[in-house]
Amino acid sequence: MKKLVLSSLLFLAFASAYAGGYRVGAQGQRALAMGHSGVAVVSNAELAFFNPAGLVHLENSLNVSAGVTGVFSSVRYQNTNTGAFSETDSGVGTPFYFNASYKINEWLAAGISVSTPYGSQVEWPTDWAGSHLVNEIELAAIFVQPLVSIKVNDYLSIGGGPIFVTGSVNFNRNLTRSLVDEDGARSNVEIDDSGITNWGWGASFMFTPTDELTIGFNYRSEIMMDAEGGDATFTNVPNSPAVPAENGVTPFNASLPLPAEWSIGASYQFSEKFMATVEYNRTLWNVYESLDITFPEGGAPSINPRNYKDASIYRLGAQYVVNNRVTLRGGYYIDESPVQPGYFAPETPRNDAMGFTGGFSFNINEKLAIDASFLYLRFEETDASYDFYTEDGQQVPFGGTYKSNAFLPGIGVTYKL
Amino acid sequence: MKKYIFLSAIASLAFISCEPEFDNSIEEGDFYSAGDADFSNFVSVGNSLTAGYADNALYREGQMNSFPNIMAGQFEFVGGGEFRQPLMEDNLGGLKLNGNVIQGNRLVLAFNENGTPGPQPLAGDPQTDITNQLSGMFNNMGAPGAKSFHLLAPGYGNVAGVAQGTANPYYARFASSAEATIIEDAVAQQPTFFSFWIGNNDILGYATSGGTGVNQQGNFDPSTYAGNDITDINVFASVYNDALSAMVENASGGVVFNVPNVTNIPFFTTVPPNPVPLDQPTAAGLAQLFGAYNTQILPAMQGFGIISEDEAAARLVNFQPGEGNFVTIRDENLTNISSFLQNPPLSLPEDLANIFGQLRQATPDDLITLTASGVIGNPVGQLEFMGMQVPLINGVTVPLEDQFVLTPQEQNTITQAQTAYNSTIEALANQNNLAFVDVDMILRQVSETGIPFNGGVLTAEFATGGAFSLDGVHLTPRGYALVANRALQAINQTYNADIPQVDVGNYRSIQPSNNVD
Repeated sequence: MKKLVLSSLLFLAFASAYAGGYRVGAQGQRALAMGHSGVAVVSNAELAFFNPAGLVHLENSLNVSAGVTGVFSSVRYQNTNTGAFSETDSGVGTPFYFNASYKINEWLAAGISVSTPYGSQVEWPTDWAGSHLVNEIELAAIFVQPLVSIKVNDYLSIGGGPIFVTGSVNFNRNLTRSLVDEDGARSNVEIDDSGITNWGWGASFMFTPTDELTIGFNYRSEIMMDAEGGDATFTNVPNSPAVPAENGVTPFNASLPLPAEWSIGASYQFSEKFMATVEYNRTLWNVYESLDITFPEGGAPSINPRNYKDASIYRLGAQYVVNNRVTLRGGYYIDESPVQPGYFAPETPRNDAMGFTGGFSFNINEKLAIDASFLYLRFEETDASYDFYTEDGQQVPFGGTYKSNAFLPGIGVTYKL
Repeated sequence: MKKYIFLSAIASLAFISCEPEFDNSIEEGDFYSAGDADFSNFVSVGNSLTAGYADNALYREGQMNSFPNIMAGQFEFVGGGEFRQPLMEDNLGGLKLNGNVIQGNRLVLAFNENGTPGPQPLAGDPQTDITNQLSGMFNNMGAPGAKSFHLLAPGYGNVAGVAQGTANPYYARFASSAEATIIEDAVAQQPTFFSFWIGNNDILGYATSGGTGVNQQGNFDPSTYAGNDITDINVFASVYNDALSAMVENASGGVVFNVPNVTNIPFFTTVPPNPVPLDQPTAAGLAQLFGAYNTQILPAMQGFGIISEDEAAARLVNFQPGEGNFVTIRDENLTNISSFLQNPPLSLPEDLANIFGQLRQATPDDLITLTASGVIGNPVGQLEFMGMQVPLINGVTVPLEDQFVLTPQEQNTITQAQTAYNSTIEALANQNNLAFVDVDMILRQVSETGIPFNGGVLTAEFATGGAFSLDGVHLTPRGYALVANRALQAINQTYNADIPQVDVGNYRSIQPSNNVD
C-alpha cells in the first residue's frame, strides 16, 4: 500500500503547487471528502477545526485526527496579442492538521487544533511577462488553538478558544517591467520574513434538535500578520541616484490579513448508512485592501491595491457506510473568488472554482482508521487583468487569459480511545 | 482496502493528466499564421540599426534587443528558427584591435554631484577584440557604419583593412572570409525571409559632422567617397537594387525599411540654436564688439562690393541681456572676409579677422549638434579689441565651427538625397512585393506627437523621451521594439500572416548608471 501511495505521489510530483488565493481548505480528510463541509458533522476530532462545540458530542474520551494533503496545482497564462505564455512551476504544498480532544466529563471537553488554513505557493518562471508583479511567492501560517467544548443542554453545545498564529512570507518580483542593471540583468527585490506571530480567536455552537439533524455554526476572527523588520534584498539594481533603490538588504514592513470567516451548515442522517451535509462559508476578504510594502530605512514604498470582496463558498457532501470497515464519501462545492475585475494579480490568480471531492475511511481496528480524500479544483478559463500597477505615474495593466486547476490528494488517521 | 487505494491512485493520475489547458492555446503551434511567407530562416541585412547598436556602441544587451532579434522571437510562433547574432563579448560595447581600444564603451546616463544628468561612457575594460573571428553563419548581418555600397564591397570584412579605414570593424568579426561581401554572406545562408534596412549612413555621416563632408552627386565611384560624404543617388539606386535582388532571389519574402529624416533626431533637436544666457555687463560688452561689426565692418564690406546687401543683413549680430540669445556660427556658405579685414583700411589683427571671417548668428532654422553641448559657453581665452579685453567664449565671441551646425542649405542637401533614396526604396519594395516600413513617417510621428504604448508615450526628447538612446541617433530597446512591431504589422498585411506583436513597455529606454570614470 505504501508503495502505491508513494508511486502515485511520484507521478504527481511534476505538477506544481496550489495557487488559488491563500485560503487552503484542507483541514480534515473526512470533511474534505464531503466538499470540505464539517461544521455540522460529528465524526472525529476534525471537529476541533470545523466546529469545536461538537467535540463534547464525540463518544470516546480521547480523540485524535491528523493528516496531510499534497497540493498539486498549475496555472497557465497567455496573452494572444503578444504571444506571451507561461506556466507556474512549483513545489508541492503540504497543508497539514493535528486535532485532538479529551472528554473531561459528559458536558465538558478540552481540545487542541493545529492547522494551516492559509498559505500559498506560486512560482512563475523568473523574468516571465508578469515578473514585475510576481516571480514567486510563498506564504505559510500555522494556527494553534486550544479549545473547550461545553454541552449547554441536550440540544445546544458551544466551543471555542484563542488562536495563536505563526507565519512566514517570501515574495520575489522584478522592480519594473524593464529596469536592468549595467549588465542587462533584471532589477529584483525579494522580501523574506518568518516568525511573524499574532493572536485571534474562534467560537462556535452546535444545535441538535433531533437525533438525525445537526446544525452548526463556526466563526474564526481576522488575524493580521504584521511583518516588521523583515529582510528585503535588492539585486541587479543599476548604480544610479535615478533609481530609488540600491543593491543590498534593507528592512521592510508589510501587513497581510488572514480574514475572518464564518460557516453555517447542517447534516442529516437519512439512515444508519447514509448522511448528507450542506454548508455555507463566508470569508470576509474585504479586509484585504492593499498589499503595501514599506522600507523604513528609505526607498520607495510598493503599494499594491487588492480590493478583495467578501466571498462565499457553497458546499454539499454525503457519506455512505459500506460496512464496519469502509465508509465512502463524496462532495462538491462552489468557491467564489474574492478578486474583483481589474485586480486579478498573478500572485493569487484565483477566479471562481468548482471543487469535486471524494474519499473514504478504512477502519483498521476499533481504535484506528485511515482517512483518505482527494479534491479536484476546476477553474474556468478567464480573461483577466491587474490594472493597478503603476510605472512613471501611469497605470499599466497586465492582462491575459488564465487557466488554473489544482489537485489535492490527502491522507490522515483517526484514533480514538 | 487495497482496491480503494488503487482506485484513488488511478483517479489521481486521471486528474493530474488534466493539466490546465486553454480552449485555444498559443503553444499548440497553429494559433498564429505565417500566411504566404516562410520564416524558417530569417536573415537581416543592414547597418547599426539592424545590429542593435545604441548609446554609441554595440553591446550584448542592445543586440538581444535588436529589432530583428525581437522579430525573430515572434517568428517562433509561426515556424521561425534560431536567430544567430554575432554577439559582443560584454555589455560595455567598446572595441579593441590587437589589444588597443578603437571604439569606446557605450554611454549611460550619469548624474554628477549636483544631480545633473548627462551621457558618459560606462567604465570598464572592453573584452571584444575584433581580431577574434567568430565562426559560422549569422542571421543578423547588421554592420554598424555600413553604407549602401558597402553591402557589395569585397574586403569590407577584412580585419587587415580596419586600421586603414577600408574595412568595417564589426563585420570583420564575422565575415566568412577577408574578401567576402555582406550580401554574399547573407545570401549564402539561403534565407527564406529577410529584413533589409540600408541607406541611413549614406547621409548620416554628413549630417552628424555638421555637413563637413562632400555631397557626391555626380560622382559614380563610391570608392573615392570619404566617410562623411553623401552617396550619389544613382549609385544608391544601383547598389540598392543589386543587393536587394540578391536577397529576394530565393526568399519567400522580406521587409524593407526606408531612411528616416535625420534632422528630427535628438542629435539635432536637443541643443537649441539660442541657448545663450547673458547678464547685463556681458551683453553690454558684446554690444560694443558686435556693434562695430554690424555698423562698420559689414557696411564697409558691402561698400567694397565684397558681400551683397542680403549677406550683410544676414550677418548682423544681436546679443541682448537675458535668455535665448542665438549662438554665433561659422557658415561656410558666407563670403570669407578675413583677409579683407586684415588689409587696410581696417587692418584688423589676424585672430580677430578670423573670428569675423564667416561669422553670422544662428537662426531658428539652424540645427546645432548634440556634441556642441559640451562646447558652447566654454571660455577659450581673451582678445584685445579697441582697448577692451574681450573674453573668448565658444558660440558667442568664437563662432561655432561648421561641424557643430547644420545650416538650412546643408539640411536641404540631405533631404534631397534622402527623398531620392526613399523613392528608390519604396519603388523596389513594391516591385518585389515586399513588406515596406515607412520609418521616416514613424520617427516623424515620434518626434512631432509621440507614439503611445502601454505605459506611456514614446517621444524623441533626449534621454527622457524613451525612443532614442543616449547617442541621440540610434534607438533604445523600446524604440527598436516599436520598429519591430511596425515591421510585423507590415508583414502581416503583405503576406496575410498573423504574427503577434510585443509589448513595447517591456523593453527599456535609456540606462541610468554612475559606473563612469
